[in-house]
Order: sequence, then structure tokens, then C-alpha cells
Amino acid sequence: MNRRSILAGAVLAVGLAGTAFAQQDKVKAGFIFVGPIGDGGWTYEHNKARLAVEEEFGDKVETVYQESVPEGADAERALTQMALGGADIIFTTSFGYMDPTINVAKKFPNVKFEHATGFKRADNAATYGARFYEGRAIQGLIAGNITKSNKIGYIGSFPIPEVIRGINSAFIHAKKANPDVEFSIIWAYTWFDPAKEADAATALIEQGADVILQHTDSTAPHAAAEKAGNVYAFGQASDMAEYAPMPRVSSIIDNWAPYYIERVGAVLDGTWESKDTWGGIGSGMVEIGEISDIVPEEVRTQALALRDQIASGEYHPFTGPINKQDGSAWLAEGETADDGTLLGMDFYVEGLTGDIPN
Amino acid sequence: MLTLEKRPSPSRMWTLLTPPLAVVLTMIAGGILFAFLGKNPVESIRTIFWDPVFGEFAFYYRGQLLVKAAPLILIAIGLSLGFRAGIWNIGAEGQYIVGAICGAGIGLAFYPTENPLIFPLMIFAGALGGWAWAMIPATLKVMFGTNEILVSLMLVYVAESMLASVSSSLLRNPEGMGFPGSRNFKDFPAAHNDYLIESAGIHWGVVAAFIAVIFAYVLLSRHILGFQIRVTGQSPRAARFAGVNPSRLILFCLGTSGALAGMAGMFEVTGPAGQISIDFNSGYGFTAIIVAFLGRLHPVGILLAGLLMALTYIGGEAAQSTLGLPAAAIQLLQGMLLFFLLAVDVLTNFRIRFGKTEAA
Repeated sequence: MNRRSILAGAVLAVGLAGTAFAQQDKVKAGFIFVGPIGDGGWTYEHNKARLAVEEEFGDKVETVYQESVPEGADAERALTQMALGGADIIFTTSFGYMDPTINVAKKFPNVKFEHATGFKRADNAATYGARFYEGRAIQGLIAGNITKSNKIGYIGSFPIPEVIRGINSAFIHAKKANPDVEFSIIWAYTWFDPAKEADAATALIEQGADVILQHTDSTAPHAAAEKAGNVYAFGQASDMAEYAPMPRVSSIIDNWAPYYIERVGAVLDGTWESKDTWGGIGSGMVEIGEISDIVPEEVRTQALALRDQIASGEYHPFTGPINKQDGSAWLAEGETADDGTLLGMDFYVEGLTGDIPN
Repeated sequence: MLTLEKRPSPSRMWTLLTPPLAVVLTMIAGGILFAFLGKNPVESIRTIFWDPVFGEFAFYYRGQLLVKAAPLILIAIGLSLGFRAGIWNIGAEGQYIVGAICGAGIGLAFYPTENPLIFPLMIFAGALGGWAWAMIPATLKVMFGTNEILVSLMLVYVAESMLASVSSSLLRNPEGMGFPGSRNFKDFPAAHNDYLIESAGIHWGVVAAFIAVIFAYVLLSRHILGFQIRVTGQSPRAARFAGVNPSRLILFCLGTSGALAGMAGMFEVTGPAGQISIDFNSGYGFTAIIVAFLGRLHPVGILLAGLLMALTYIGGEAAQSTLGLPAAAIQLLQGMLLFFLLAVDVLTNFRIRFGKTEAA
């Protein structure tokens, strides 16, 4: 007997999960976190959402979590452990858990899996992610307006579609606000490394940037901006309000709570099914943190109007005419980007300088 | 009054007794720690040390123990050779990464060829990569007298940067939609370090670890090189008189530990981890240092220590998800294990005497 059948047998034997679509009185929800729950950014927000699930369902839900789970071989064991331990639904909250999630989902057909930011699904494995690029549009608008040197620094994490989308969206909207604006991009090759992030921010500031955008999770760029003085920054993943009103002038907040509540609720109701969710400002998954008083009133009004237009679906941040970096046409006048192109985005838009590393 | 009196030679009895004693002391101190965190200490200790081997889901965990212990044992065996001779390779993590990159790289170069020779070639490439990475501190030490602790440690960070670079460029999965990380070896059977016996968690890395234990045992107890290693560690001066060539010994010890670490990395990346990714390495190279000392630098001791360390990891994870213990508390428990081991070492080298000390 191979391990798969042993596991499947065990699941049935101890009655860990009922039939796929039955209503349940009680749900056990598991969470796998990539960092410590006190990281102040990405994992902190996911854990906040876990607590919101507990708050919402009270006695009907039990949550378990494991923090700082490495994205390699250990993830698969951590997932199996949770499934064996009786979890009905497991959220895996980092891109690197994609293959382990799919592998374990195969062995536990009655357990539901939810993988954040990935693209592989199964009957019992759904994916979810947020349209951070919508928030980037608002950041770009503010940044383009408040820069005096016309130079904006951008700390990229990894050259993957999600990050490139953010750069393009921010650039398009900064350029609209201020045609003279230029972007300098530094790739840090990390999601969370305060020392590297601070170095990148300092290098960008020394090159003349007076606004720093980041796609990394620590507050180190804010500390570097504060030290340099007269440099603006934006909170990433979490509000980072401790740096308001300067250098933090606004932020993109990931709010996972409504989604987690919805999905755990669906398990309780017996209505859960595998799907891909890509929420934005409209569904509340992406929030814009308070815009501080440093930003001129008029810019703030514009930014909030843009936010509301995106939320209502009236405006798409990628609306033509937009050309690619090499000058070739991408979107015609009035055309909006389709999700497929956005999910695989591997090009800069016209006006950005430098190459995407590959 | 309590006084310590140095033993003329380390006590054999205490050499064997101190590791289990350290484990018991760790359980007690850990239990107290967990009690302060508001958890039931007995249940916590049972979840960590007992359940993975004898509990309800032991059928799964027992295999996982071997999966987790194998790279630790393989690396620690290599390190112990050098440590015995006073050659300190602290950078096994770097050799582990480079071995994984080389082994996986060779395999991926042949994708999707199916040939039974690919996997052996990958093992060789992994060992060679780890060996070459360890040869940098070894050569620098032999030629310029540099400190191998610093050089090997610094090279870990270089290796980590290389790993980040190849994951997002050279070895990136062309079908991965631009995301960093190589192809998954599960989809490439010729290069996949699959389970030989799946329910027991046995893959080629586990086999290699057992072979390494046997070889190290024979080397240290039967071979002239083993004698040279031991005598150099005990008395470098005596070793020189006995005709030991220190440079040769440095190259051998660092090279062997590098090759074993490289192989461990290759087995891990093509098996349990499944793919080259930016942070597939999870600190085995550093943990193996603890395993080597916990096992008294003795091959059989290392085998047991590796399994014990794996148990604290696997039981620790179970305690996290079932009892809600924080990850940091588990790391603290592992740290305590080494602390107590070093502390009770006093008993090996010293005799405790009760009573009044004589005036000097």
C-alpha cells in the first residue's frame, strides 16, 4: 500500500471530513504562514484576517496556524500535518506553497485548500489574490503630483508579473499627473530583508529620487526615507501608519478578512467550490490607507476620486491607448487589459527605462 | 562546597550518558517554558517527543523523520571529520546550496530526456559542486593561512545570492509564467529523487546517509587517515611528529564535508523540495553543526542525533498546529538541547566533589 492510499484511508477512518457538499456544524480552518505573525506586513495582515474569522463565527470555528513555514519540503509536511489533524479548509498564504498545496490536495480530497497568489487549481484547491495594481494607480497619481525632483524610486522584489503590473500601473498614473516623471527601479530579490531594502532605498535617494515606492514588506525603506528627509514613501501590504504623516503619505493595505470569512462560511454552508478569486478595491480586498495632510488637498481629492472610480468599475487602470516599452501598440484607445494578459505580464509600458531582468 | 576536579581522561560512562541526560533536562526545561506559555507541559512534551513515533499518525511521521534526518546526518558526518581534526567548516549551508544548483542544473539541462544515467550524473555533479565550494576556504587556508571559519561562512551568503539569481534566470521554469523557481522534478522522472519505499520515507538521500555513516565509522576506526584525523584533533604537535601532513588533511576534511553537503542538497532539491527556488534551503547546513556535536562527532551518535533533531522539528511543527505553540518556542527548545548538552559535558571532563576544598 502506498502512502497516498494509507493517508486517504486514515482520513476516512477517523472521519475527518464529511462528504464534500454537506453542511457542517463546526469548521476547523488552518493557515500556513511564510513569516512570523508579527512581521508588520504580509503575514501580519493574514493573521489579522484569521482572527477576524474567529470573531465572526465564534464557537463554530476553530483555527490553527503554523508560522514561518519554509517554502520548500517542509511546507508539504506542514500541510499534511494540518490535514491529518482534522482541518476542513487550509489557507496557504504564499506563492511558494503552490506545488505543495496541489500535492497535498490530491491526497486529501475532502479537505479544501486555498492558495494565495498562485495559478494552479484542483477540485478541492482554489486560488485567490488581490489586484494590488489598482492601489498602485492611486500611488502613482499621488507620487507624480508630489515629486519635486521628478524622479521616483521603485524597490521591486522579484521580476514576476505581479510586481511588473504594479510598476506599470504606478508609472502610467504618475506620468498622467506629471509628464516629466522618471522611474528608477532596483530589484531587491527578496520579499522581506530590512537591510537590503534600506540599501536599495538609500541608493535610489542618492540618485535623486524623492518618492520611494516599494513592493517589499518591511518598513526599512520608510526609515531610510525618514533619515534622508523630504522623501515620501507608501505603506506596503499593511498600513505602516507608524511612519505617518511623513515619510508615509498613504498605503496599500491587503484586507483578507472578508474573503476568509466568506470561504470558511461556504464550508459551513456546504457551498464551497473551487474557483479563482481576484479581488480589488471594489470587493474590499485592497484598501487605500489614509492619505496624510502632507499631500495637497487637491491631489487628495483626485486620488480619492480615482479610488472610487476603480471601485465602481467605471475606470480600469490599464485603459488604452497604451504602448509597450518598445513602442509597439498594446491597448487601443478605450480598450482595457484582459486578466489573462495582466496575470502573465512580462513587459514594461512605454516610457519606462531599463530592462526586466530574466 | 562543590568543586570540580579535572579527570585525567574523559569519562567513558559520562560520554555515553550525557546526551540522554541533556534530552531529559531539555524536556523538563521545555515543559516549564510551555507551562509559562499557558500550555499543558506534559501534553506539549508528549506531542513533540512521543506522538510522531507512537501516536495516531505515526504511520506518516515515521517516514518523515527519515526524510528530515537524512540531509542532517549526511552533512553532519562530513562536518564531524573536520571538527575532530580541528578544522571548522561552518559553511556547509553554502556547499549544500551549490551542490543543489549543480546537481539540479545538470539534470535540467537534459530535460526532458529519459535516461537512467542522468540521476547518477546529477549525484556526481552535486557532490562536485559542494566539493568545489568547500575547496575555496580549504585552498585559501592552505596557501595563505586564512581562517576557514570566516571564509566558509561568508561563502554561504554568496551561495544564497547565486541561488536567488539562478532561480529567477538560468534555471527558471520556462512554463512558470515568469515566476521564479525551476521546473518541478516530480514532472521529470529521470531526474526525480523519488521515494524508494514511500511509506517509510526512504529515498536515495536516506540511503546515502546510511552509507556515509558506515564509511565514516570504518574510516575513523580502521583507516590510517582516521587515525591522523583523531590525533590531529587531540594534539596537533604530536600529529606533526607522527608524520601527518596538515595541508593534505585540511583539503581532505573540507573537501569531503563539502561533497557530502553538496550531495545532501542535490537529494533534497530533486526529492522532497522538488524544485530549485529562491529559499528552498532551510538551514540544514547550520543545524547539522548542532547534530554533529549532539552526536559526539561519532558516526553512530550522529545517526541518533540526526533522528532526534528531526523529531524536534516534526513534533515541534505538530505542537504548533495542534497546540498553538509559537514557532519561536520550538526554536528555543532546540537551542536548549545544545545548551544542556554543552553544560552537562562538564561531567565528562570533570569530577564533581562535595565537601570542603583544601586551602591553596
